[in-house]
Amino acid sequence: MKLTNNDLIKLYGDMWYIRHFEQRLADLFAEGVLPGFIHLGIGQEACMAGTCFNLGDGDIIGATHREHGVLLCRGVSGDAIMAELYGKVTGTCKGKGGSMHACGLKQGALGNNAILGPAQTIVNGFAYAHKTRKNKKVAVSMFGDGAANRGEFHEGMNFASMWNLPSIYIINNNGYAISVPKSKQQKIDDLSARAAGYGIPGVSIDGNDLIAVIETTGEAIARAREGGGPSLIEFKTYRWRGHFEGDPTPYRTDEEVAEWKKKDPIKRFEKILLERSVATEKDMKGIHDQMLAKVDGHQKFAEDSPWPPMSEMYTDVYYYEEGSDQK
Amino acid sequence: MREITVAEAIREALTEEMERNPEVFVFGEDVGAFGGCFGVTTGLYDKFPDRVIDTMIAETGILGIACGAAYSGMKPVPEIMFSDFFSVCFDYLFNQSSKARYMTGMQEGGKNAGFVLRAPNGAGVRAAAQHSQCVEQFMMPVVGLKIAIPSTPADTKGMLKYAIRGNDPVVFLEHKMMYGISGPVPDGDHLVPFASADIKREGTDVTIVATQMMVHKSLAAAETLAKEGINIEVVDPRSLKPLDMKTILASVKKTKHLVLVNEAPKTGNALTEIGLRVVEEAFDYLEAPPVRVCAPDTPIPFSPVLEDAWIRSEADIIEGVRKALA
Repeated sequence: MKLTNNDLIKLYGDMWYIRHFEQRLADLFAEGVLPGFIHLGIGQEACMAGTCFNLGDGDIIGATHREHGVLLCRGVSGDAIMAELYGKVTGTCKGKGGSMHACGLKQGALGNNAILGPAQTIVNGFAYAHKTRKNKKVAVSMFGDGAANRGEFHEGMNFASMWNLPSIYIINNNGYAISVPKSKQQKIDDLSARAAGYGIPGVSIDGNDLIAVIETTGEAIARAREGGGPSLIEFKTYRWRGHFEGDPTPYRTDEEVAEWKKKDPIKRFEKILLERSVATEKDMKGIHDQMLAKVDGHQKFAEDSPWPPMSEMYTDVYYYEEGSDQK
Repeated sequence: MREITVAEAIREALTEEMERNPEVFVFGEDVGAFGGCFGVTTGLYDKFPDRVIDTMIAETGILGIACGAAYSGMKPVPEIMFSDFFSVCFDYLFNQSSKARYMTGMQEGGKNAGFVLRAPNGAGVRAAAQHSQCVEQFMMPVVGLKIAIPSTPADTKGMLKYAIRGNDPVVFLEHKMMYGISGPVPDGDHLVPFASADIKREGTDVTIVATQMMVHKSLAAAETLAKEGINIEVVDPRSLKPLDMKTILASVKKTKHLVLVNEAPKTGNALTEIGLRVVEEAFDYLEAPPVRVCAPDTPIPFSPVLEDAWIRSEADIIEGVRKALA
């Protein structure tokens, strides 16, 4: 796949955008500003930015509560995402979903599904609609190694296989299902081996290698667009933060975290940009600062936004409720 | 008026709506060439070979397709072979479709959250405790769902067509003992909206609110009691969510007595909600406490003698009426 210099710069910006956004959430949560639970994807930026790079208008991607970054990369307003996390009426879901449900359907970002498993079957409904409409669009489900042990992962992959759907299953394997390490979850090293059981292509790659992520997802997505059916991709990656903010992570060592920080997807990509003379240190600093300023703006937007009016409690329950004035 | 069975009414409704909207599709276990476990979709596959689709025995996979396709704007009509099996795919009713619009910003996509989940409901076919339940009571608290629970061929056809044209997730319960019941069904584009309770028999002395097979048994009980000069009004809510309380309250205010008849066990019974609403809103009109005629709080037994005794009979309903009038 040929990536232009502009592509590379955009991807670099996307990864910083995600990291700054997530770091801001960590800070705001620690200050007690953000209500509820916050799960952060710091360390997994390449998985999100690289996958979304291959998606276009009309494609759908659904992810988990750890992938606010997918929404950002799909072009969902950062203001609206931040406002949603604050619980403000200007949020993507009018403040009624929060971090675990923020989404942007217009941008093909189904958003998160906070119940592990159902997203891996629901993706097929989108894919079936694409296939029926012969529009060459794809539906991507991005989830963790934990969800890959739900029965629905298996039912979903079998459906996708048997109906030859343009469904792409992507596992961000960050090594832990909350606190349980992969050694206690499955006997196989590569979760992509499960694809063989459904007769579909499966591949495991380094999820912190942005170029590899782009190439691998690009191939699977192109195949699905042309009627070649589903694929399973496993990204080996790592989350730097705990499962949720406030998680004391007694299940892993500082050394392990430090090892993985050496594999920082952003730093690795910076080397490529320098080697290929795509950007200078100064250019990169400029992008870094620009993304930070964007996040500052999102925070201000969210802070300045109003709370939902009490009437918002009662809207959107039904499209049409017979015998009531609601719509 | 012509008479057709409930099964034929469903088939007509599906055929007409599939002809009307090319994005309606029917899928589930054995619904294709086999025609469904109860033969309800017989012949549909021949008419729409690409849109009547056999699936694996994978209920979560089925309802996942329903949710995703509905969110994409299609009109899925999945069938789950027995309503008892909702237990294995309940998340799609409880946490997914019913909350999608409210919680995940589905409002941006407007109306795209509607599918119609058809499933055979109820006892009487000697299928024991896992293939015989009436499950409406488990659906009642699920905000965002609609529940259709028709009792006649005409209501079944009209409500199914209406449900398919709607934009909300619907659980459409078909009592399996009703499939062979015949009744008049109007020609043409027959639609029956939800929240439109139907007075199946007018009366002045006692209001019976009943659903599905219990509507038919209540009508029989009413004829028996009429010979004694007791004049029963039988109200069929037809949908439990949303619920037409106006018709029920008007009936109770007239008769001053309420008997609730539902096939499922008494504890947590779906019609309890109706009883309490009547107590809340029309207590002063009641001359006696509401009476529930429901099954015992046991699993449904297999042995024909036990199952027959478990299912409430015309005699049980008559006893309930006498209790209300005592």
